[in-house]
Amino acid sequence: MNLISADSVVKDFTGHRALNHVSMDVPLGSIYGLLGPNGAGKTTLLRIINQITAPDEGTIYFNGRPITGEDRMEIGYLPEERGLYKKMKVGEQALYLAQLKGLSRAEAMQRLKVWFEKFDISEWWGKKVEELSKGMAQKVQFITTVLHHPRLLIFDEPFSGFDPINVNLLKQEILQMKKDGATIIFSTHNMSSVEELCDHITLINRSETLLQGEISGIREKYKSNLYRVTFLGDGEKLSREIDPRFELLKVEENGMGRQATIRIRQEEGSNELIRHLADKVEIKAFHEVIPNMNDIFIQVVNQASDKQ
Amino acid sequence: MSKTSLIIQREYITRIRKKSFIIMSILGPFIFAAYVLIPMYFATLEDKEEKKVVVIDESKLFTEYTPDGSQFVIPETEYLKFQVIEGVELETFRVGFNETGYYAVLFIPSNILASESALLYSTKQVSIDVSNYIKSNLETEIEDLKLATHDISDIDRILAEVETTLNVRSIKWTKDGQTQETNTGVVMGVGYLGGLLIFFFIFFFGSQVMRGVIEEKTSRIIEVIVSSVRPFQLMMGKIIGVGLTGLTQFIIWIVFSFLLITGLQAAFFPELGRTPTEQVVDSDMFGGGGIPGGQLGAGSAGALNEQTGTGPVDGISPEDEGLATADMDMAQEIFASLKSINAGVMIGSFFVFFIFGYLLYAAMFAVIGSAVDNETDTQQLILPVILPLILAIYVMIGAINNPDGALPFWFSMIPFTSPVVMMVRIPFGVPYWQVGLSAALLVMTFIGMTWVAGKVYRTGILMYGKKNSYREIWKWLRYSS
Repeated sequence: MNLISADSVVKDFTGHRALNHVSMDVPLGSIYGLLGPNGAGKTTLLRIINQITAPDEGTIYFNGRPITGEDRMEIGYLPEERGLYKKMKVGEQALYLAQLKGLSRAEAMQRLKVWFEKFDISEWWGKKVEELSKGMAQKVQFITTVLHHPRLLIFDEPFSGFDPINVNLLKQEILQMKKDGATIIFSTHNMSSVEELCDHITLINRSETLLQGEISGIREKYKSNLYRVTFLGDGEKLSREIDPRFELLKVEENGMGRQATIRIRQEEGSNELIRHLADKVEIKAFHEVIPNMNDIFIQVVNQASDKQ
Repeated sequence: MSKTSLIIQREYITRIRKKSFIIMSILGPFIFAAYVLIPMYFATLEDKEEKKVVVIDESKLFTEYTPDGSQFVIPETEYLKFQVIEGVELETFRVGFNETGYYAVLFIPSNILASESALLYSTKQVSIDVSNYIKSNLETEIEDLKLATHDISDIDRILAEVETTLNVRSIKWTKDGQTQETNTGVVMGVGYLGGLLIFFFIFFFGSQVMRGVIEEKTSRIIEVIVSSVRPFQLMMGKIIGVGLTGLTQFIIWIVFSFLLITGLQAAFFPELGRTPTEQVVDSDMFGGGGIPGGQLGAGSAGALNEQTGTGPVDGISPEDEGLATADMDMAQEIFASLKSINAGVMIGSFFVFFIFGYLLYAAMFAVIGSAVDNETDTQQLILPVILPLILAIYVMIGAINNPDGALPFWFSMIPFTSPVVMMVRIPFGVPYWQVGLSAALLVMTFIGMTWVAGKVYRTGILMYGKKNSYREIWKWLRYSS
């Protein structure tokens, strides 16, 4: 069952169309990645889901019915451009934002204390936001986003601007929240985080949906029968003598030794390749190359632009 | 607590706690009190300085010869002294006059009756009060002399009988057939003050709204807030929060100013012998228009009155000429006048126009704030918004002399200028239907403006880098969704 869905959403700004009949289904309890180059329309879509702007066509469904203003209470949003009231004190501001999300003052206080301790920023409670470093301000902002235990969390480029330690911290939190039953959408360029965290993705570019679905399925789909062999032996000889059934793409020398990347045509099995190679070289390791999201991203986007 | 209330609360508390608010709260009344008291002080100060005028009476008509020496016929006051000097040429005074310690030289030519002119020489600018005093007294003397030449017997007795000091009092007929004393000066002052206050309030706090909006845009917190509340709620919350701050500031000022003026007056000017309110109102009456001559007139009129006991007809600037005679009459009139201004209507309408005038303009300021990325860009957009207010001030100055004229009437109806102009008219008495109509128009315009503002605001707060112009704003208005 989908917690939130976008159904054929269209959004126009003067002179250009930002979203062209984009649909997206986010299953309950999943971590959903929204990918795409800069200017693709990701932020626009997220803003529409957050009811910050309204779509020109199409509907957003929350829990199976069209989304309402009240549903804001169930959603936590961390925008790409981070910001807080500079002159306001940290604690006071966190309380204010939490109350705007529907928490009572007492509840908010309680939870804030817990989070501040967890992130080790308790001493910053009484400081003005402008006195914090960027990383700390981001931590504070993250806390205000999740404080009301929303069912749906939306992060726009959450990892940008965080140092590696905080990136890791964030990843842990996201996984924990999933365990606690939340659904999470985040947009990012950081492909490795996509592979680590996401179950599903949507890739959009120039207002169109290019790719959508479960990650494992997509990676399967983009397999191109590539195999990597780590071996001992003469690479030159291999490239000369390899059977035409198999396409030797490259041989490289790296930390693992010598590696050959070979593509086999559909009909041949991998065992065939192993048998064939075993005659020529000493095989140390053999595995299928499953494309990573980074490569898929580039491939898909370039394909689409070539078409246009 | 509803979301809008939460926002109002935050906006209010953050501003109340700012240092600038506290400083303004304390400073404001001081500035206001200074505005009232300093002119008073200077007026009395001037008169305390003793001025010695040398009199060279070539005509010999105005000098009395007594055993003690020559005396000038014009009586001296506490601060104005005359010294008749004979046998000294006028020219000798010209060089090194400052060292002599004299204030001026009064030269009465021998042919004064024919030429009808005398001369006052000095290195300083002789004050109006002194020259008027000398002028009027000399005139009286010359008139007496001329009368004497006609050889009317009993002339002194006749003159005494004939002398008249007239007291023209304004009385207003009220609806219920009562009569009420009025004093135009007071009425003018109150209306003027009301109009000015509204102007200041709208401008000052309207721009605070604008700056708040800009701050939220530049710090980027706007997106987070707007994911929790509707933009309209944020806008209204901010407008109301700032408005409450202003109201608080305003009330603090009124209370402080009153206490301050009362306190300072009792401490420094007890000898002027009036109640604090009378002092305030009195100075206000003359100073309300910021007319320097008027203020001087007030102080010196009082001082001269007490010293010479003469009527204040001369020695006061033209504005004051038509008013009351002795101090007590003046005080009575002022109080009666204040009562005549229907306090209920006055205060009630003040608040209505005050509040809705502010709300109307605050909505416009919010729009401007949402249309720019930083404060410097606001300048070109503000002008069209401020123009009606400035216009209203000019009309207000005109309205003081002609409160029921066509121009003030129309400007007190048009919603953008009515907050200021109507306030000036009310003390003079405006038919209830006019006040009601104007207020209704104002409220309706405010509602319409807020609706429009909400739409523009909603789009503007998320837009960055756009050209700030009214054409752009118009485009946003049509992004209705």
